[in-house]
Amino acid sequence: MVATNANNLVYERPEGFTDTPTHYCPGCTHGVAHRLIAEVLEEMDLIDRTIGVAPVGCSVFAYNYFDTDFVEAPHGRAPAMATGIKRVLPDRIVFTYQGDGDLASIGMGEIVHAAARGENLTVIFINNANYGMTGGQMAPTTLPGMKTTSSPNGRDVETQGFPIRMAEMLSTLDGVGYCVRRSLHDPKNIRLAKKAIRTAFETQARGLGFSMVELLSTCPTNWGMTPVDSLKFVEQHMVPAFPLGDYKVAAGVAQIKI
Amino acid sequence: MPRELWKGNEAIAEASVRAGLDAYFGYPITPQTEILEYLSKRMPELGRAFVQAESELGAINMVYGAACAGVRVMSTSSSPGVSLMMEGLSYIQGTEVPAVLVNVMRGGPGLGNIAPSQADYNQAVHGGGHGDYHNIVLAPASVQEAIDLTVMSFDLAEKYRTICMVILDGSVGQMMEPAKMPEMRPMQRANWDWATDGRMGKRPRRILSSIYLDPIEEEKLNLRLLSRWKTIQRDEVRYKEYFLDDAEFVIVGFGTAGRVALSAVRQARAKGIKVGLLRPITVSPFPFEAIEQLVGRVSGFLVTEMNSGQMLEDVRLAVKGRVPVEFYGRMGGVVPFTEEILHEIERIASSKLSVDVDPREAWLERMAQAV
Ligand SMILES: Cc1ncc(C[n+]2csc(CCOP(=O)(O)OP(=O)(O)O)c2C)c(N)n1
Ligand code: SF4
Ligand SMILES: [Mg+2]
Repeated sequence: MVATNANNLVYERPEGFTDTPTHYCPGCTHGVAHRLIAEVLEEMDLIDRTIGVAPVGCSVFAYNYFDTDFVEAPHGRAPAMATGIKRVLPDRIVFTYQGDGDLASIGMGEIVHAAARGENLTVIFINNANYGMTGGQMAPTTLPGMKTTSSPNGRDVETQGFPIRMAEMLSTLDGVGYCVRRSLHDPKNIRLAKKAIRTAFETQARGLGFSMVELLSTCPTNWGMTPVDSLKFVEQHMVPAFPLGDYKVAAGVAQIKI
Repeated sequence: MPRELWKGNEAIAEASVRAGLDAYFGYPITPQTEILEYLSKRMPELGRAFVQAESELGAINMVYGAACAGVRVMSTSSSPGVSLMMEGLSYIQGTEVPAVLVNVMRGGPGLGNIAPSQADYNQAVHGGGHGDYHNIVLAPASVQEAIDLTVMSFDLAEKYRTICMVILDGSVGQMMEPAKMPEMRPMQRANWDWATDGRMGKRPRRILSSIYLDPIEEEKLNLRLLSRWKTIQRDEVRYKEYFLDDAEFVIVGFGTAGRVALSAVRQARAKGIKVGLLRPITVSPFPFEAIEQLVGRVSGFLVTEMNSGQMLEDVRLAVKGRVPVEFYGRMGGVVPFTEEILHEIERIASSKLSVDVDPREAWLERMAQAV
């Protein structure tokens, strides 16, 4: 065995992580999103003054993995909790990490109003088109025709409504400084996602308003697919329904050089 | 500080500011909106946090966040809004962080009305949110007491890392009375060893959550909350006694119902009736011991409330059937007149009471004749 050194090291735990192994299913991109956040916090030297807000969902234990202070919110209420923290500690970095059931269903009121107030927060929004934690029920982001445990014949838009595109929706609000959608289905997109996460935290660090990065993410377990097929599903089915792009980049944010 | 004329709701708002309120989050609802309006001006002027939230759900979770950050934080609302906050209250208790909540109660259930009521006693004292927890609940009966108890609520919440509720009704909230404000407490944040306020180069990270996946760990939390509650029951019971020394029977009433009862007791005394009043200040922890002390020397109790007999159950629990307990209540936002209570006092003074009578049934029968 060759000893690990600076020349052959290809993977290292970012400083922003604790050494707790994650509980996510194999192939789940929650872990990728976590890593990107940890890398960005490390690069920006923010670990020491960041407070995270974990949601209810598969990422409920997100607080175990980041080496920052963390609180755990009631289902959907993370943006309200984050508001309470940020308003009393404006020089700290506060971020929420939320799933699509959490953010776009039960917590729709909290996210819209945090954005509308222009709360100086960063939101990492994991869109995996279902309620992962409770066993794969239909989410507000479930694609038309997509089978879930609560839409067994496929989501029927006549009776079950249409998917919600959160990035587009929030981008209409004046309090928003930065609002984009990225995907985690391949290395190139993961790099772009990281850059967006960096920009979002830069937005907050400079006091430029609410920032959100929506990340198209996999749930191989509940989709009943292999990890590889899940990545293909994101590329072939989710990206067309949830177009990647920058929905709002305020003038001040556009000037940020990374 | 000299005595000045204060309106109940505004007095609560200013008292909280003087007590070091660092952040306020609320949502408009009658009859407590003056608190929110007052603080919308006062807090920013002092450089403190104020947010009119999108809902009471938003407000209580902002409170939860700021409480985790370790600052003095409060929300205020009225019955329907407080119902919406129950999820947050349960989480706050499960996380063991301090917060203050004022409920200016109104007639219910449902949208009800905006008239003075005490119908949320059970919600505040016996539950509300899910899970095993107790709130400290203070019940002022005057503007001065509303000020004093608001100030005290922050100290109690912090001392026990719990929710301290102040429950009153719209009549105390709206009444003008001369009262004395405390001095402004210098604004200095406590440096709690549990607060998630960022590591800031000083310490390892902290986590605040209400999750205990392992039932054994959850049970440990339940036991911790319970043992804290036992301490609170031992050390924090507060009540006021009036004319108890030679009282032959005793009225028990809190807040406005207790205040009206006091006028009735004074009038009855003038007529030579030996009646006294026990007015719980902490309806939770309830003054069980004070009632126990009275059971041996009085012939009975009359509970008066602005609900259908919610505190009545606690009094009965304390009395344990040893002497008769009678009840007189008004509901729906109706405040009893002094004469009504005086009439009850005279009835009790001139009749033979029995422990076998169900006080609520008997009251309903008398009501049916009166209404
Ligand atoms: C008030 C409340 N309602 C329902 C639940 C049950 N619940 C837990 S997680 C969850 C869905 C989470 O889905 P999502 O936010 O999409 O996160 P994911 O697991 O997919 O990452 C639900 C409904 C809850 N914990 N609290
Ligand atoms: S259930 Fe789905 S979202 Fe949750 S950890 Fe497993 S793969 Fe990821
Ligand atoms: Mg999901």
